[in-house]
Amino acid sequence: MNLAKQSFQYVSRKLRPREDYRFLTGKGRFAGDLVLPKMVHVALVGSTHAHARLLSVDVSRALAHPGVVAAVTGEDLRRDTNPIPNYLETPTIREYPLAVDKVRYVGEWVAAIIATDRYVAEDAAELVDVEYDPLPAVIDAEKAIKPDSPLVHEGEGSNVAWHRRFVWGPVEEDFAGADVVIRQRFRWRRHSGVPIETFAVSAEWDEGTSLLNVWASIQMPQFEEQLAHALRLPVNSIRVFHDVDVGGSYGTKRGIKHSILVGYLARLSARPVQLVEDRLEYMRGGGAHGPDRVFYAELAASREGLIKSFRLKTIDDNGAFPGRSPMQMGKPLGAIVGPYRINSVEYEGVAVTTNKTPQIAFRGFGQSPTNFVLERMVDRLSKEVKVERIELRRRNYIHPEEFPYAIPSGTTYDSGDYPEVLRKALESADFPALLRFQAEARERGRLIGIGVSGCVEPGGGNAMFLSLLNPKNEVTTFPEGVLVKIDATGTVSAQISFSSAGQSHETMIAMIVGEQLGVHPDKIRVLHADSLSGLPTQTPVASRMAIVAGTAAYHAAGKLKAKMVRIAAHNLRIPEDDLEYRQGKVICRSNPKVEMGWDQLVRIAHKQFHRLPISEEPGLQAIHVQQVPSGGKLPTDDGRVHMYPCYSFSVHIPVVEVDPETGLVKILRYYVAHDCGTVINPDVVDGMVIGGIGHGIGAALYEEFVYDEETGQFLSQSLMDYLLPSALEIPPVELTAHCTPSPLTPLGQKGVGEGGYMTAPAAVASAVEDALSGLGVTITELPMTPDRVFRLLESAQTHKGV
Amino acid sequence: MNGVEYVRMVEPRRLLVDFLRQDLGLTGTHVGCEHGVCGACTVLLDGLAVRSCLMLAIQAEGHELRTVEGLAGEDGGVHPLQEAFWENHGVQCGYCTPGMLMAAYGLLRENPAPTEQEIREALAGNLCRCTGYHQIVRSVQDAAERAGVAR
Repeated sequence: MNLAKQSFQYVSRKLRPREDYRFLTGKGRFAGDLVLPKMVHVALVGSTHAHARLLSVDVSRALAHPGVVAAVTGEDLRRDTNPIPNYLETPTIREYPLAVDKVRYVGEWVAAIIATDRYVAEDAAELVDVEYDPLPAVIDAEKAIKPDSPLVHEGEGSNVAWHRRFVWGPVEEDFAGADVVIRQRFRWRRHSGVPIETFAVSAEWDEGTSLLNVWASIQMPQFEEQLAHALRLPVNSIRVFHDVDVGGSYGTKRGIKHSILVGYLARLSARPVQLVEDRLEYMRGGGAHGPDRVFYAELAASREGLIKSFRLKTIDDNGAFPGRSPMQMGKPLGAIVGPYRINSVEYEGVAVTTNKTPQIAFRGFGQSPTNFVLERMVDRLSKEVKVERIELRRRNYIHPEEFPYAIPSGTTYDSGDYPEVLRKALESADFPALLRFQAEARERGRLIGIGVSGCVEPGGGNAMFLSLLNPKNEVTTFPEGVLVKIDATGTVSAQISFSSAGQSHETMIAMIVGEQLGVHPDKIRVLHADSLSGLPTQTPVASRMAIVAGTAAYHAAGKLKAKMVRIAAHNLRIPEDDLEYRQGKVICRSNPKVEMGWDQLVRIAHKQFHRLPISEEPGLQAIHVQQVPSGGKLPTDDGRVHMYPCYSFSVHIPVVEVDPETGLVKILRYYVAHDCGTVINPDVVDGMVIGGIGHGIGAALYEEFVYDEETGQFLSQSLMDYLLPSALEIPPVELTAHCTPSPLTPLGQKGVGEGGYMTAPAAVASAVEDALSGLGVTITELPMTPDRVFRLLESAQTHKGV
Repeated sequence: MNGVEYVRMVEPRRLLVDFLRQDLGLTGTHVGCEHGVCGACTVLLDGLAVRSCLMLAIQAEGHELRTVEGLAGEDGGVHPLQEAFWENHGVQCGYCTPGMLMAAYGLLRENPAPTEQEIREALAGNLCRCTGYHQIVRSVQDAAERAGVAR
């Protein structure tokens, strides 16, 4: 079956994304663009210590500064707000937007000033007097779990926030019976999305209606619930506007502490308040860093290279406050065996608090690091059993006829054809020619490497890790609601209930509704409802919008078609099953000359109650709230659970050159084959894949939040210290698509937002190791900065006595 | 500014980008890093691409400025460069876009037929976190080709 060949009218065809127009003409509506009457601006005072007792925070000099409206400290927040909800419900960890009693990381906010102008607010922030009593800091997760470590939260008695071991299947037996066992430690260093827009939020308290209006650059589920809880307001007293354009997020734009602070200040001052992070605040105190992990991996296999069992221990540095970040150790369990047939799995996860900025969700929700480890282990196995790495992968891939395929941790993959995607990638790269190029270049002394890595990308956001990591969460509903309506003049609009950060959701929804109704998507208005007028949503996390919101839009439009058929049946006196909706009309199947057109159907629905079937509501509007397809059950006692519904797949083949003099890695070419089921908009999908690769190349080669090991000082405070790849570092990418439709979605669509980032770090590491293959080097740590690669080269030469 | 003369009194320390966004309400120009790395605030000063976060507003006195809001085509519709970015989806979240357009505009003024490598070098001072640059580079190539055909 190949739905891609099914002819769609709009879906899978080129259509210029509508959002692009406003961005290209400077008419985007970003949170920092908002101007409200009498608005005041926030400046923040950040901790200069990684760990210290707060002896005093004196804002009196700041308050006296002309133009300052208010100045608050952690004591104000402790008195007037509830702590930020934490998904592990750790008993004594209490996080407020401003530090209380102690500071736990450099940049943690200790005071906030609001003034009539940001310049004035910053002047006043310099007048805040803070007295610290420094404490020893711990910034290494493996040191933090030792009994003699300084404690980030004394009340917990330990820096371990969560620790659990799962065993799925006969791990002991499979290891005991294996011909080959490989063990390796890996280090995945801290980086993140680092969008070009920092976090911004504005809020105003409308005294007349007792309503807090909020405009924020967010991408976060349960945002208004958490805000309401912290501000001690009912959720229906908070209105979050979702027609705000978010300037990049990649999962990281959560900003809950920012929004609590701004909501609090707006009520306190009775004036609209705006907080726009500056770059330093984003990097240091914004709490937007990604996973930071140490892995211990073991792979058991037969002599022929057939993988039997996989053991993985993950130690994740959550930073000072474990908000949602520990959950990022849960999602990878939904694809823990990657594309491979592995009989049994053991997974041990340890979430650790340290004196670093808190970690937050980032693209892939923890799976990019896990895939890096698994793919590195498969490359090692290839060397160990002397089976060429591509052949080894083919031997272990799940076969296309085995789908739906249940993996040991309880998830079922919906569909895929991994050998075919691999074949397409190799073909696109002209792999034999690449090998010849590599051999010739090596003869001239060049260190050329070719990487080959794949990744299974879960999509759909069935966030069952919430219950897996904390049974008290007991959540199985991850809905997305879409409203579609045809007004009395016959124009079509659709409503989604979340904000977007560059994923072209308006275009995607318009294309699916247009496909269903036979109306050109450019004629369909798509709106972002606010949190009070909107429908249930889990927001655009986990590559779920084509899958869940797309399905909701499909069914909401389908309900309108069904209603129009009922109206036609009633008026034409023809049974419904002899009628069919086609291209804006209802047509009689047995006598196609009999039909009822769009204008007439709309008129009857909206204006002619006397012609409506009995019990039919006036108008043409339909809501569909879609639960994530598949799943919906809580985890078993041994931690087996079905997570995401749809599984995309990709294979990346980068070609790199390592400069032996400097250790600098340059990517020469990059080939990708990927399969995300039915593509809704090809340009949008290409952009998502290549953009994800950009993040993956950053993770592999450049990006790292560095802390001083002695003092815990944060050293990557600007974009001069934290390197983002430019158009010169990310090479042209050659994309080839394959389509294995998902059986779980009406159009066969899957998710695609994260696979590029999930695959690229493993692929680039594989290429660099291949470039250094003559030296016996194993890449176990990212990013592969020139410094690290140079040291690897040096140690290899020392070992060889060169 | 985009062909209009403004007379304003500003504090000497006020950044040009804050002046544009807050005093003139031209929010098409964005702030990304405030230290000249990301290029989101790129505008044209007397036709040359500059960082408006690294300039004081008072330094712009007497000069001609152009921002994304002033990039419309001669007929008032979108500029061919904007058209090319739309056609090639050289945009995702749209935050780096105005700066990217101004940098590309500056490049094409100096070099109407750049090679791919020249485009990448000219845009290397403008960071985009969404696209991986591929569709942006293609957009600029397309714009150059369109202009070439038009000539």
